[in-house]
Amino acid sequence: MSAHVSVSGLRVTVAAAEGGRAAIVDDVGFAIARGEVLALIGESGSGKTTIALAMMGYARQGCRIDGGQIRIGETDVLALSAAGLAGLRGGRVAYIPQSAAAAFNPAQRLMTQVTESARIHGLLDRAAAERKAIELFRALALPEPETLGERFPHQVSGGQLQRITAAMALISDPDLVILDEPTTALDVTTQIEVLRAFKSVVRERNTTAIYVSHDLAVVAQMADRIVVLRHGKMQEEAPTAQLLAAPAHPYTRALLAAFNPPVRAPDAPPEAAPLLEVRGLVAGYGPAGRDGMPALPVLHDVGFTIPRGSVLGVIGESGCGKSTLARVIAGLLPAARGNVKLDGAELPARVADRTRDQLRRVQIVFQSADTALNPARSVRDILARPLAFYHGLKGDAARKRVDALLDMVRLPASLAERPPGALSGGQKQRVNFARALAAEPELILCDEVTSALDAVVGAAVLDLLGELKRELGLSYLFISHDLSTVRSICDQVMILYFGRRLEYARSGAMLVRPMHPYSDLLIASVPEMRTGWLEGAAPAHEATVVRNAAGCTFAPRCAAAVPGLCDSTPPPLRQLSKGAEILCHLDEATLRHTQPDDRKTP
Amino acid sequence: MRRLSPVAVVALLVILAWAVAAILAPLIAPFPPGRIVTRDTLADISARFPLGSDYLGRDMLSRVLHGARYTMGIALVSTTLACLMGVTLGLTAAARGGWFDMTASRILDAMISVPSLLAALVVVSSLGSSIPVLIGAAAVIYTPGAYRLSRAVAVNIAAMDFVTVARARGEGTLYIIAAEILPNMILPVLTDFGLRFVFVVLLLTGMSFLGLGIQPPAADWGTLVRENIEGLSYGAPAVIMPALAIATLTISVNALIDRIPGAGQGDSR
Repeated sequence: MSAHVSVSGLRVTVAAAEGGRAAIVDDVGFAIARGEVLALIGESGSGKTTIALAMMGYARQGCRIDGGQIRIGETDVLALSAAGLAGLRGGRVAYIPQSAAAAFNPAQRLMTQVTESARIHGLLDRAAAERKAIELFRALALPEPETLGERFPHQVSGGQLQRITAAMALISDPDLVILDEPTTALDVTTQIEVLRAFKSVVRERNTTAIYVSHDLAVVAQMADRIVVLRHGKMQEEAPTAQLLAAPAHPYTRALLAAFNPPVRAPDAPPEAAPLLEVRGLVAGYGPAGRDGMPALPVLHDVGFTIPRGSVLGVIGESGCGKSTLARVIAGLLPAARGNVKLDGAELPARVADRTRDQLRRVQIVFQSADTALNPARSVRDILARPLAFYHGLKGDAARKRVDALLDMVRLPASLAERPPGALSGGQKQRVNFARALAAEPELILCDEVTSALDAVVGAAVLDLLGELKRELGLSYLFISHDLSTVRSICDQVMILYFGRRLEYARSGAMLVRPMHPYSDLLIASVPEMRTGWLEGAAPAHEATVVRNAAGCTFAPRCAAAVPGLCDSTPPPLRQLSKGAEILCHLDEATLRHTQPDDRKTP
Repeated sequence: MRRLSPVAVVALLVILAWAVAAILAPLIAPFPPGRIVTRDTLADISARFPLGSDYLGRDMLSRVLHGARYTMGIALVSTTLACLMGVTLGLTAAARGGWFDMTASRILDAMISVPSLLAALVVVSSLGSSIPVLIGAAAVIYTPGAYRLSRAVAVNIAAMDFVTVARARGEGTLYIIAAEILPNMILPVLTDFGLRFVFVVLLLTGMSFLGLGIQPPAADWGTLVRENIEGLSYGAPAVIMPALAIATLTISVNALIDRIPGAGQGDSR
């Protein structure tokens, strides 16, 4: 089979700070046969998106394609004129971006946007383009394909929107489709449906594609061959099954290892004195009604206990209220009902009513290190403020303490005078932790602290969290949507679904079936690092918001729901023998029956 | 640090030249601005009178140089006041939110709905024209615009996680404004300052042209255009030169603020 797409000696450079040009992609070459899916995998900064963009003859501002050859069919892409490139892009080469929400114009109907490229390139007339779009909607398993095009982007879910970007890309029957991290921003249960839809259209239409991702397990489902990149250079290229089974390059092995962090035995006895006790928490947004309930309740009757020196994991899909929980505990959002006790003493609901000592003992760390550090101030200023605020440290004492804090998070003291913009993502997240540690807290609320980081960097941050916990006796509330992350650090796990605590278990018991049907769905949705997993995985329905439902909120998605009971009566709290509490109508025996054990746990 | 574009350099030089002229006017003007030095009124450009003479036979160069003091001085003070008030209110509204934000925003929205020249005319005709009244009127008229911009920018910054972290730490509103928000909005505020300066120059010269601004014998550039307007039909430099002065100053300020490196992007990439 002759190569349909071929790249050789590709070199992309960027203007270097000290003059001259530095290569961000260096001597990259590969070939893709027609109908083949090639994955580019690597961490951020590995050059994978730069290569993907270069396939369209495009380099981001400040970058330049300095050498090499890219052929798509008979076309030499880098030799094309501006007009030639315009004809290529969106017509013969299509691009599916990570954020579907940002890729759509909110003011235009979906059909107009999906058929746009076919009309611009004059490939199809309007009626034919719309027929084809509907056909693609159907192939992508989108609901109501005939009328979907009349909706606006905000009227469909995130997972549906991401599938519609695929329709947009495929409408012109491109020679090459580039998928740039198309499922990275999605929940696992949504991701599985999007992957399934992508895979079926790519196979059906014999599409040639480049799939860019940092997630090996996702790539294992989609790609025929994998190229591993690091610092703009190719490390290894191999067929998917071979690369996963027998990685040749040490870097590939490191990537594979980072993906499956070892499960840690809980090392804090739950019998330790409770540090944080939360009871019957109800909170939400919008003006409070006559009964004191917020207009848009987000958390419903949530309670848990964090013993001193232990870690509670909070898992759930986006919108389940996990970040709201952190805001309530931090005093940023007053709860409508319920109470929060720190060391036995009630914490006032608002920051303004808490004493400085109460504030010091609970610190919060956010997901996005980019927005959590003030870009206008140096690392030293950022760390010195809590020292002055809580401990009155100034001058030389503060300098020494900042250096000690940087050392504590394994950063060189030379970083102190830099602005956050000059740090890498992992370094920023460490500064974020150092700022929380400066207060000398007892509890740190970690809101998706590793989600924005690469696997290897995220694993290092997790290790650091574990070390700090042991050295300083810290407790964490660890919020994440990623089961394997939570499993590697937490002592207890709580699963939230639309603000309700569906399961609350010891970390070791978390993965033991029987479990709540929602926990079962979540665990089954995490892609496994083997080819063919996607084909065997059970279908997951997308989340649907059920407000003020009489019955169980999860009933519409639940495979084991009992009609007439689950959809009309609130589920009772049940104890499972493995040491967990669940909110479910089904008893342990029934759950065991509905959860076959032949599925491996991730 | 990115370099200024050539257009921005030229614009900066023009602005600096006018600023130096305004400061040094008494030293470099060849004649006292009020003295009649020739019988040849509305005269053409000559070696003795590089910008010609005005309708009474006064030296136009001296009058334009002294006019720069009024036009630029008053505009600078008014703009500074307007931006100080607008940014202070805007930051407080963004950081505190709630009723303060609501009240301040609605009142200033109401003010912005009154045409600026009309508002200035009403104020000056009821209080009489003097430099303090002109400064006060211009400052109040341009406060709502400065408020709107700074509030909009500050609201975006206030939603960032580092501000949330500061709130959770227990920091007061004043610290959050001064240390967390303000340093991140210097560029857009600076750009807005330039734009507002141009507006004030145009308002002020417009008022003077209508006879309600700077009163004779003192004269800003607007007054100079007005008193020599009859020279327009002869193509006398006396009416063209002050108009050119207004144009070069406002166009240069605009050109410069459009090209401040990083302005309008609001981040530190």
